[in-house]
Order: sequence, then structure tokens, then C-alpha cells
Amino acid sequence: MKRLRFPGLWITLILVIGVGIIPAINGSASLRESMFTILMSVALASSLNIILGYTGYVSFGHIVFFGVGGYLGFYVISQHGWNILPAMLVGGLSAAILAFLLGATVLRLRGAYFALATIGINEAMRALVINIPILGGPVGMEMHFSEYKKYGGPMQALWMVYWSVLIVTVLTIVVSYYVKKSKFGLGLMAIREDEDAAEVMGVVAPRAKTWAYVLSAIFPGIIGVLFFFKNGNIEPGDAFRLQFSIELIVMVMLGGAGTVLGPVIGSGIYQQLRKVLLTSPIFKNIQLAVAGFLLLLIILFIPSGAVGWLRSKSVKLRRVLE
Amino acid sequence: MILQVQHVTKRFGGLTAVNDVTFDLPKGQILGLIGPNGAGKTTLFNCINGVYSPTEGKIIFNGKDITGSPTYKAAALGLSRTHQIVRPLNELSVEQNVVVGACYGREKLGLRKATAVADEIMEFVGIRERADQLASSLNVAQKKRLEMARALAARPYLLLLDEVLAGLNTAEVSSMLDTIRNIRERGVTIIMIEHIMHAVMSLSDRIIVLNYGELIAAGTPDEVSQNPEVIEAYLGDPGLAAQLLEEERA
Ligand SMILES: Nc1ncnc2c1ncn2[C@@H]1O[C@H](COP(=O)(O)OP(=O)(O)OP(=O)(O)O)[C@@H](O)[C@H]1O
Ligand SMILES: [Mg+2]
Repeated sequence: MKRLRFPGLWITLILVIGVGIIPAINGSASLRESMFTILMSVALASSLNIILGYTGYVSFGHIVFFGVGGYLGFYVISQHGWNILPAMLVGGLSAAILAFLLGATVLRLRGAYFALATIGINEAMRALVINIPILGGPVGMEMHFSEYKKYGGPMQALWMVYWSVLIVTVLTIVVSYYVKKSKFGLGLMAIREDEDAAEVMGVVAPRAKTWAYVLSAIFPGIIGVLFFFKNGNIEPGDAFRLQFSIELIVMVMLGGAGTVLGPVIGSGIYQQLRKVLLTSPIFKNIQLAVAGFLLLLIILFIPSGAVGWLRSKSVKLRRVLE
Repeated sequence: MILQVQHVTKRFGGLTAVNDVTFDLPKGQILGLIGPNGAGKTTLFNCINGVYSPTEGKIIFNGKDITGSPTYKAAALGLSRTHQIVRPLNELSVEQNVVVGACYGREKLGLRKATAVADEIMEFVGIRERADQLASSLNVAQKKRLEMARALAARPYLLLLDEVLAGLNTAEVSSMLDTIRNIRERGVTIIMIEHIMHAVMSLSDRIIVLNYGELIAAGTPDEVSQNPEVIEAYLGDPGLAAQLLEEERA
């Protein structure tokens, strides 16, 4: 039998698509909703992984790209009646441009300073949006019912959004895989290990970091549009929720930063855990504390995450898991 | 001239680590750079490849003024170096470390070609069997070879070696010396910082000596080793120094 090429990619994709089509088989709306959350997390965590896991820059306020993309996409749909597809492009592009512009300045900061700066950016964007009347100011915007009719009614629109999120998630994983396997990705990992030494070897770190940041922003921007379209309304608190940003970091670390499969597994496990916590009366109010504690445990005991740990256990696993 | 260092001075606050250093390096030579601890040798390397921007003076590489330009520019032009305190990319494999050198060095190779070059260089430097190990798992001697392999994979015109022999045992030293000779035979110009006298003396075409940041002597190994100022800089006692040098040579 011919050996499968790129096993690390196929295993991840089969897992995501396999799980992703389950709601279609039994047609359950509630299952679809929880799967939507998981897929969305997979795409966001995998994107974050490009800058956090491959490049070694802890983008703490990464949710800003989800928020900005979501806002601008929502705006062109709800106020100008655009179709969802061009709106997704607007979302992705605006997030990419923001990352590009910020990249030149904040990516000069290292370690904790960079992390703090990204939090500042998220808060600044939230404050900015609150002060822009055409984006609805502090109350945000609503989607008119008629926008869903274009897709054959709310029910069909929800399924359409679901399939879109699945496709975007698959794309994110493919990009994540190819970045990791490329010369560009090798440069990023060199930066992660020792930025000064990487530059001495010729890696143009400022440029590489900027493109990594841009790549890690595009899909969150697109996902933001899908999420808020489905949601029916958008407001600053939902779009720039720092808590979600922190949870994304937990997902990446839990599954394994710097691996392709890690953020996928991490998101799945974390969202399952979160569901349990949310329905438990004891943990309901302290789920963020639980997330923080979890992060601490991971960093102390399995810093390479679940997939990193598995990879370190056997040569065979290293060959098939990426 | 492949390299011209013109009146280079580097100050850290009140400390002048390199003081008005000038020298030219013709293509194809091995230049030894010696001097007591803290003389400013590593700092001079850092000024040459752009880690530091010199406070005063100019660095001209292959006719191009590269003073103060970033290290990756120097690398792209064909100037590679090793670090005195090794800096492996720990969580990457030995092979990946070397591939980075080939991918981003002077030739900017694609991954496939870079991997082929890395294979050849790892063989040449003697770390091929370690290709799949993580760089962090190497011992000191192997890490020094890895530094060298990464720098060579960039196919540099000029290679700066910062104490690649330090911490190696006698057998490792002599095998590293052979490696350095072989590098020169490939047409690479070399500046090497070294404390092991017999090694620099036997390898170098010319030697320059730094003391308290100043260039106090330049010449052939014989000229330099008989220069009283050099001997004094090294040991403070010319008589003893001369005797030690004799012993080294014997
Ligand atoms: N970044 C820095 N900031 C402040 N002082 C520095 C810096 N780098 C080097 N120095 C100082 O400059 C002087 C020269 O240091 P350098 O490392 O160049 O010496 P060296 O000749 O390489 O010594 P060794 O043989 O011990 O490696 C020393 O006094 C050192 O403390
Ligand atoms: Mg030194």
C-alpha cells in the first residue's frame, strides 16, 4: 500500500469534517449550535496558534480581529444589505489590514510587553467602536429579519452559516499546516526559539512576524462576520470579549502550541469542559478562574500540550501527528 | 578587500569596548583575532555583522557600506557567524537548524534545496548522525559544530568564528582545526577569535591583537608572537610570556 502523504494534515481534517457533519445527519439544531461553537473555536485557536505557537508571540487580545471583522461585516450586511460572502471578505480583509498596520509597531515589543500591548489594542478598539455612531455606539446593531430571507428564511440561513464555518475552519487548518511545513514557517519557528539568532542567520524577523500576525488575523475576522450574522445583533461587549481571548490561549496550550492538531483537540476538550462547568451550579460563576487554573497546570506540567506530549512519546506518533 | 573596518569605536555608556579599530581583510585569508578577556573581540564581531551599530566608524563588506544595518542584511550579503555562547534553536531538530541557515542565508534556497545543502554540510561538519535529534540534546562540542554548520549552510563569503575551540578536548580541537582548514579550502574567508594560541598561530595567515578595545598589533603569527607589547598585554610579564609562547610552540 502506498504510504499516505501528509498524514498529519489528513488526520486533522478527517477529524474536523467527520465531527462537523454529524449535525447534518441527525438534523438536530441544538447539536448544530454546540458544534458551531466548537468549530468556531477550532478556527480561532488554530489562527492564534500561528502567532502564538509557531512564532512565540503571546497575542493576548487576539479576539480584537474577531471583533473588528465582525463589526465591519455586520455593518455592510445590516446597513447596506450586502450578501454574506462579500461581507466575509470585508471582515477578513479589515482584520488583516489592522494586523498589518499594528504589526510594524507592536511586534517590536517582546514577551510580556507584546502581550500587554495586544490587550491594550483590544480595549482601544472597543472604546473606538463605542464612539462611532454609525456602528451603533454602545448599544451596537441589529440584523433585520429580511436579511435572513435572502437565504430562504432563518432556518436555512443558520444551516448556511454552519456550513460556512465548517469550510472556513477546514481552510484555517490547511493554512496552518502549510505554514508549519513551509520555509516561511521554519523562519517563524526560528524566531520563536531565538529571534536574535534567527536574524543573524538571515531571517528578516520584522517582515516574517508581520505576515504571521496578518495570517493569524484573517480567519478570526471572517469568523466574526459569520458569528454575529447568526447571532442577529452585535455589541461592543460581545465583539471584544477579553475573556474569550484568554480561553483561546487555554485551548491552544491545552492541545499543544505549535502543532496543527493541538488547537483542534484543545478547542474540543475545552468547549466540552466549559459546557459541563456552565451547567454546574457550583462552577457556573467561576469558569474563568477554572480556565486560568487549567492554564497554570498545563504550563507547569505539560507545557507542550496534549499533542506535544504524545509526539514526544513515540517516533511513530511523531510521524503521523503534526 | 572583502572587509574593511575603518576607525570603529563602540562605547557602552562610559566603557569603550572597541576603540578606533582599523584593518583590511583580503579575500581567502584566515585572520586570527586575539586579546585578553574583555578586550572587545566579541564586541568587534557584533559591530561587523550588525548586532550593534558602532558608535563611530564604518564597516565595508565587499565594497558595500553595511555600518549599522541589521544582522539579516549582513547574512543575505554573505556574512555569517557563530556565537561564543552557543545559541541553538532548541526545540528544532539539528537538521532544521541547519536548514534555516541554508534557507535564509546568502543563497535564500527553497526548502528542498536547502535540505540537500544541510545534509552535505552536516556531513562535512560531522553532525549528520544527529540530524533528527533536538538541538537542545547536543553536548557542547556538538553545539559548537552546529553553530558552524548553520553558518556554513548560508554559503557565506566571510565567516566569523567566535571561540569555536573553547571547551573542547584535545581530540575535538584537532578535528575542529581540520574542519576550519577545509572551510578555507572552499574559498571562504575567515576571522577567528581564539584563546588557544597554538591553534590560532598555526591556522592564521595574519593576526590582529586587541587590548582594552585598542588594536595593539597586527602581522604574521611570528611577528605578533614576538611583539613585546602583545606579550605584556597577555601576561603583564614579558619574560614569562615569552617562555610560555616557546613552550606552546614546542
Ligand atoms: N552589551 C554590553 N553592554 C555593556 N557592556 C558590554 C556589552 N557587551 C560587552 N560589554 C563589555 O565590553 C567589554 C568587551 O567585551 P567583549 O565581550 O567584546 O570581550 P571579549 O574580548 O570577547 O572577551 P572574551 O575573551 O572574554 O570573550 C567588556 O568589558 C564587556 O563587559
Ligand atoms: Mg568574546
